[in-house]
Amino acid sequence: MNRIPTKLKENKKLLSIYFTAGYPSIDNTTTIIQNLEKSGVDMIEIGLPFSDPLADGPTIQASSTQALKNGMTTELLFNQLKDIRKTVSIPLIIMGYFNPMLQYGVEAFCKKCQEIGIDGLIIPDLPVDVYNEEYKAIFEKYGLINVFLITPQTSVERINFIDSISNGFIYMVSSASVTGSSSGFGEEQTKYFKRIANMKLNNPQIIGFGISNNETFSQATTHAKGAIIGSAFIKHLTNKGVSEINSFVKSILN
Amino acid sequence: MNYNINEKGYYGEFGGAYIPEMLYPNVEELRQNYLKVMAEPEFQKEFNQLLKDYVGRPSPLYFAKRLSKKYNTKIYLKREDLNHTGAHKINNTIGQILMAKRLGKHRIIAETGAGQHGVATATVCALMGLECIVYMGEIDIARQAPNVARMKMLGASVIPALSGSRTLKDATNEAIRDWINNPVDTHYIIGSVVGPHPYPDMVARFQAVVSEEIQWQLQEHEGKTKPDYVVACVGGGSNAAGAYYHFLEDTEVKLIAVEAAGLGVDSGESAATSVLGKEGIIHGSKTLLMQTNDGQITEPYSISAGLDYPGVGPMHAHLYKTGRAEFIAITDDQAMQAGLELCKLEGIIPAIESSHALAVFKQKKFQPEDVVVLSLSGRGDKDLQNYIDYFKF
Repeated sequence: MNRIPTKLKENKKLLSIYFTAGYPSIDNTTTIIQNLEKSGVDMIEIGLPFSDPLADGPTIQASSTQALKNGMTTELLFNQLKDIRKTVSIPLIIMGYFNPMLQYGVEAFCKKCQEIGIDGLIIPDLPVDVYNEEYKAIFEKYGLINVFLITPQTSVERINFIDSISNGFIYMVSSASVTGSSSGFGEEQTKYFKRIANMKLNNPQIIGFGISNNETFSQATTHAKGAIIGSAFIKHLTNKGVSEINSFVKSILN
Repeated sequence: MNYNINEKGYYGEFGGAYIPEMLYPNVEELRQNYLKVMAEPEFQKEFNQLLKDYVGRPSPLYFAKRLSKKYNTKIYLKREDLNHTGAHKINNTIGQILMAKRLGKHRIIAETGAGQHGVATATVCALMGLECIVYMGEIDIARQAPNVARMKMLGASVIPALSGSRTLKDATNEAIRDWINNPVDTHYIIGSVVGPHPYPDMVARFQAVVSEEIQWQLQEHEGKTKPDYVVACVGGGSNAAGAYYHFLEDTEVKLIAVEAAGLGVDSGESAATSVLGKEGIIHGSKTLLMQTNDGQITEPYSISAGLDYPGVGPMHAHLYKTGRAEFIAITDDQAMQAGLELCKLEGIIPAIESSHALAVFKQKKFQPEDVVVLSLSGRGDKDLQNYIDYFKF
């Protein structure tokens, strides 16, 4: 049974955290995941690093470059995660760009995810229509939820289409930007959050991009089911290492 | 077999638009409008007028008599090197700046490797009075100081790409990120037949003026519109796409694509994408690209800054896969010698990119009656320091 829908039914606002696998050190993956769960995080996005992360700002780019330098590969990540379900029960999602998955083999990749107990995938550069026509059947065969993005520029018609082929949540990009580049939400974002909330979509929305602290987390979750933090957590890892994850999570949820 | 793009934006199995959702509205707006805008008589009129009066088209189709004699075949040089700014690149930037204006954009971004496309973009932005931001790898900025100065003189801001390997592919990533951050007022002028659909097709159509001219110019010289061979160098592939365009479906015209082998195809320092590349996704396009087994994009090498792109346009991936074009890899040494030979035999100093194409005559035997049209994509002024360093003049 996929853990994402169950989690989404919980009567609370959800905090999801992204980190880049292989950063800061190559063998931090399981420690980070376990510490995040212990600290009260609801869902984790495990970033599969890519050499050319088009949708990411400088923080996640730098962590990806370092992770690859540290020797992270798709196979190594799967090996690190193989026993993760013995200790971790919250939903786990792999977020990565399409080319490394394509080279691994999309079906082999999905199969491996199922064996490990991965619940979903976020692939920013796999377009909705290509997924729908070519890969949907494979994802479903292995019980994986594919999460799609919408932005302030996404048309109503397209949002409805994305809602119709989603079966978990919709990843709502807070503003027209790459990751990690916004500081605080203004009137424009609040209007957009309300507009989407009023659409009463089938899938709950989780907001990402530009969420870095308690204030932005609260603003986002006023209108959505949850929020995702990436760059701010990577910065925390850079400065404080993996031992103080609890204090970071507490500062968001306090 | 069809060698043009299909209605879904693919050449055979290559192409498409593998882009993050954040880019979808920009790319979709372009996709819905590009053919319509290009078909407008007013657009055509303005485009052609600028190509004539500003770029200096038609570029001559020159019968290279002494070169032909040496290789015992009939060699014509399509003189794109004589265009304003010194290469074929301007054909595309003129077209795209007019497109940007029609779409109501007033901020222009571009990527550049060696700086040729950056200069061609800065030029048309100055011409139209539009803001111009050029992303260039930090390493390339250091290597290509004269072109950086040109862009600045033309009023462009040159922003260093500090991520990844800090060269062309990273400059392209930065331009794409800029476009994500500025989705409404900005047009991205891509410099080659790469990127998400409709870019490969749009750029090919703007460059198609090259093969269109070859047809009627050859009629004047030879009494026929079809050459036996068209030879062009390929980095991303816009020069070759333009030279091939009107001959794509006519298999009597043989196409030769010349890639940069760098220090040798198997040396680890090469940019011969067709041989070394595997199918994958780069900059929003499914095509052949150089990558690790794990799908990480690798850094190519060539002495020619215009040919060291780790991918190739989807049109060329299709031409390679179907065998429609013959791909030949030329090393740094072979290219430099061929460039110097053209200087001595014809009094033309070619760009090192074009020198790669010229090196084909030592690698492949043509018949005396063969008509071979070679696209001389650019002039060698920009490469003077490389020639000096190589030959120790």
